[in-house]
Amino acid sequence: MKIVVCIKQVPDTKGGVQFNPDGTLNRGAMLAIMNPDDKAGLEAALRLKDQYGAEVTVITMGLPKASDVLVEAMAMGADKAVLVTDRVLGGADTWATSTTLAGAIRNLEYDLIITGRQAIDGDTAQVGPQISEHLNIPVISYTQKLEIEGDYVVAQRQYEDRYHVVKAKMPCLITALAELNEPRYMTPGGIFDAYDAEIVEFNRKDLIDVEDSNLGLKGSPTKIAKASDKVRKGAGEQVNLDPEASVGYILEKLKEKHVI
Amino acid sequence: MNLNEYKGVYVYVQQVDNKIDGVALELLGKARDLAKDLDTDVTAVLLGSDVKGLVKKLAQYGADKVILVDDPALKDYRTEPYTHALASIINEFKPEIVLVGATAIGRDLGPLVSARVQTGLTADCTQLDIGDFPIKPMMGKEQQHNQLLMTRPAFGGNTIATIACPDNRPQMATVRPGVMQKIEKIADAEAEVIAYNPGFEENNKYVEIVDVVKSLSNTVDIMDANILVSGGRGVGGPENFYILEELAKAIGGEVSCSRAVVDAGWKPKDLQVGQTGKTVRPNVYFAIGISGAIQHVAGMEEADIIIAINKDETAPIFDVADYGIVGDYKQIVPTLAKSLESIAATEA
Amino acid sequence: MDFNLSSKHEMARTLFRDFAETEVKPLAQEVDETECFPEETVKKMAKYGFLGIPVPKEYGGQGCDILTYAMCVEELAKVCGTTAVIVSAHTSLCVDPIMTYGTEEQKQKYLPALAKGEKLGAFGLTEPGAGTDAQGQQTKAVLDGDEWVLNGSKIFITNGKYADVYIVIAVTGTVEKRGRQVKEISAFIVEKGTPGFSFGTKEKKMGIRGSATYELIFTDCRIPKENMLGAKGKGFGIAMHTLDGGRIGIASQALGLAEGALETTIEYVKERKQFGRSISKFQNTQFQLADMATKVKAAQLMVYRAAEAKKRGGNYSVEASMAKLYAAETAMEVTTKAVQLHGGYGYIREYDVERMMRDAKITEIYEGTSEVQRMVIAADLLK
Repeated sequence: MKIVVCIKQVPDTKGGVQFNPDGTLNRGAMLAIMNPDDKAGLEAALRLKDQYGAEVTVITMGLPKASDVLVEAMAMGADKAVLVTDRVLGGADTWATSTTLAGAIRNLEYDLIITGRQAIDGDTAQVGPQISEHLNIPVISYTQKLEIEGDYVVAQRQYEDRYHVVKAKMPCLITALAELNEPRYMTPGGIFDAYDAEIVEFNRKDLIDVEDSNLGLKGSPTKIAKASDKVRKGAGEQVNLDPEASVGYILEKLKEKHVI
Repeated sequence: MNLNEYKGVYVYVQQVDNKIDGVALELLGKARDLAKDLDTDVTAVLLGSDVKGLVKKLAQYGADKVILVDDPALKDYRTEPYTHALASIINEFKPEIVLVGATAIGRDLGPLVSARVQTGLTADCTQLDIGDFPIKPMMGKEQQHNQLLMTRPAFGGNTIATIACPDNRPQMATVRPGVMQKIEKIADAEAEVIAYNPGFEENNKYVEIVDVVKSLSNTVDIMDANILVSGGRGVGGPENFYILEELAKAIGGEVSCSRAVVDAGWKPKDLQVGQTGKTVRPNVYFAIGISGAIQHVAGMEEADIIIAINKDETAPIFDVADYGIVGDYKQIVPTLAKSLESIAATEA
Repeated sequence: MDFNLSSKHEMARTLFRDFAETEVKPLAQEVDETECFPEETVKKMAKYGFLGIPVPKEYGGQGCDILTYAMCVEELAKVCGTTAVIVSAHTSLCVDPIMTYGTEEQKQKYLPALAKGEKLGAFGLTEPGAGTDAQGQQTKAVLDGDEWVLNGSKIFITNGKYADVYIVIAVTGTVEKRGRQVKEISAFIVEKGTPGFSFGTKEKKMGIRGSATYELIFTDCRIPKENMLGAKGKGFGIAMHTLDGGRIGIASQALGLAEGALETTIEYVKERKQFGRSISKFQNTQFQLADMATKVKAAQLMVYRAAEAKKRGGNYSVEASMAKLYAAETAMEVTTKAVQLHGGYGYIREYDVERMMRDAKITEIYEGTSEVQRMVIAADLLK
């Protein structure tokens, strides 16, 4: 079995967040980690590898620095790594990103593609399902449990108040929830080996069936009109009223904020 | 793509087990505002199997038209037939705006449909407006009017971004449940119903639903709660927590607590908010009798609205509270709970 | 000369830090309070290869260098002194001498299980009458047919009872040296479960309280002849060389404790308010932190340099002794200051710096006291 896992390097949102003048994110200025849902997806792939001997290829799109997460993935046990990088890919929204990744994945063999449900920087949950659409394969989003039965993936697809047990024929794509598993750590020896391993680089010319007009900032239907840091709030109002007026005050505020 | 061909504000009506999800009604409410600004009308898109009976309610909550796809293929939510149905409707009817609830269904359907009809999608919006893009005139860039401006948090709530989709149609957004306001029910409202059949043909993307397992668990993780009523040492004792529980019940929230309460053995550890407990981000956080030690604040300062009730007017909790009420919670909270109950009763 | 770590070492640090923060830190207080050996943590570390970092791949290890191992101990010690010393004693005092002095058969037999952490290692040198002083050794080994018969006891043995493989130093006779009869010292590999090998009482300690410190008792304990490590009579050299390596491990532990206390204190002084302002605004706080950070950085450079010296081979005794001396004294000083900057809270067990200060003290004592380190350094200066 061949598994492709899409991973993303994301800024650790525990620190501050920074923007370029054009409103896009200044990723270079922030601490970078492997997106948690993607890591769960990678772990799921590595468990299938442990169980069935699958070959796991990790792929990411980003600046050359994004190859750090590929090294990390290999230090956890992934077999191959692909970096999709090109100046023309900069500023891509989810639509352009999924188009690009699909164009890159067309170079690879796969029975199963795994992405994280969503990335902690954008929280959009869009790229995974959109890749499946571009590649014309079935998708199971929000996977909380994953099994393989012959040519089929059998997954628990999570909803708010239930889950569906869904069976999809491979090749297919699943998006992984962090709840899917507890990702393993790297090993020290794995890190040393990963630094010696090759990372395959794909550029614009390697993307299959992708128009120039669908790439990067230009190929992104959505545009950022305005972006700003959320102002950390300080003390708000403080009132000292009799009990009845206090209740009235709280009700008024709850209404004002559409809570009731 | 001729952008002018695209008209009308569409709302995808999520139904599960033939019950309309609340977010759909909220979106109809918002769609009315947007439609008014654009001088157009509101269309509800209802997909499902045997769901005709739901049309009336959509009219009552603001739909001028209802496009109905009623087919056994749509019985339980499955990505492919639902995507096919909604994408076909978009291609056929050409709406300028499509709103979808940012639920576990909407966050699957939205991306697939947007990819299929080749337009942008902005996820998890908390605010929608009609305005200009760019927001302020820019040299060498034509300012486009009547754009949907979609505002959403990103980076775990650290940033806010406003996004437009100026060159593609429809402009699609998923919107978080609980953010928009549904309109007051108009009992005698009627909507034009358009039955539509996109044709369902099984292909490789159809998956099989082997089982549907509804969750029975009542245990709520305080991290998932939208509203938390949290008590501290100032509550006075375990026997007083029923007061907080009544407020939680009245407002649809859960009870949590500070470390002092856990240490005193009044409440179990899994309800503890703070550095050594859980970090929570509810919409509303009531801090009752909680002094507001740094360790506690670290676990709840990201709440959207913090309401603190404390006898001590110098309590540090007031430094982070949006609304601080100095007073005895025993005289305030029970009345508040009763008022909320009566409000809920009149709305039902 | 490059003072920057390579990216692979940086990534290894990220790994160790993540592991320490997630798996080790939450248990540190409990491990200290209950004085329980953290067996589950050891199993987890074994799973990820932390117990065989400098062991070549062909012996089941990770194939990394001493610096990586030192960084592992350092990061663990930042959050838990106990967990750090378990790895240090295992790696430096048991795995390393087998790697260095073992026959191919001994390496094949012991290293894979030790490197994978299926077995834990320990080292027995100290006796009630002798620490680093070879002539004070009382434990005897007598050859009887194909077996060595051990009698005597070892005290203060880290990983005691929990370890499966012990390097034990014993007297195997007397030899003439400069006209005097002196004790001949040899090293042995002794497995737990060997008849005649038992454990005495567990020590109750000031710090590193989850670390198991036991007395080893040998009563007519018969071990196969082939379990002698290195040549007969070379035991003292093996012990001293092993301690040189051990000092890098303990220096790393001391470094980690100092860094952990410094980090904790920086966080604390930013939060803590006195007289209406954050105590980080007081110059005393700032100057104290500056001194602490400077010493910590100096200690780190010395520890890493010693680790690199060991990797290069040759004699690195002085580098190891200097690193251990300086890192241990820095750990004691920095943790003490950390407690002071915490004020009353620093004296309370709920706050980590209280434990760190108790844990730090041992680093000035074991693997050779600070005084012994000064002797080693001075001897080199005056040779």
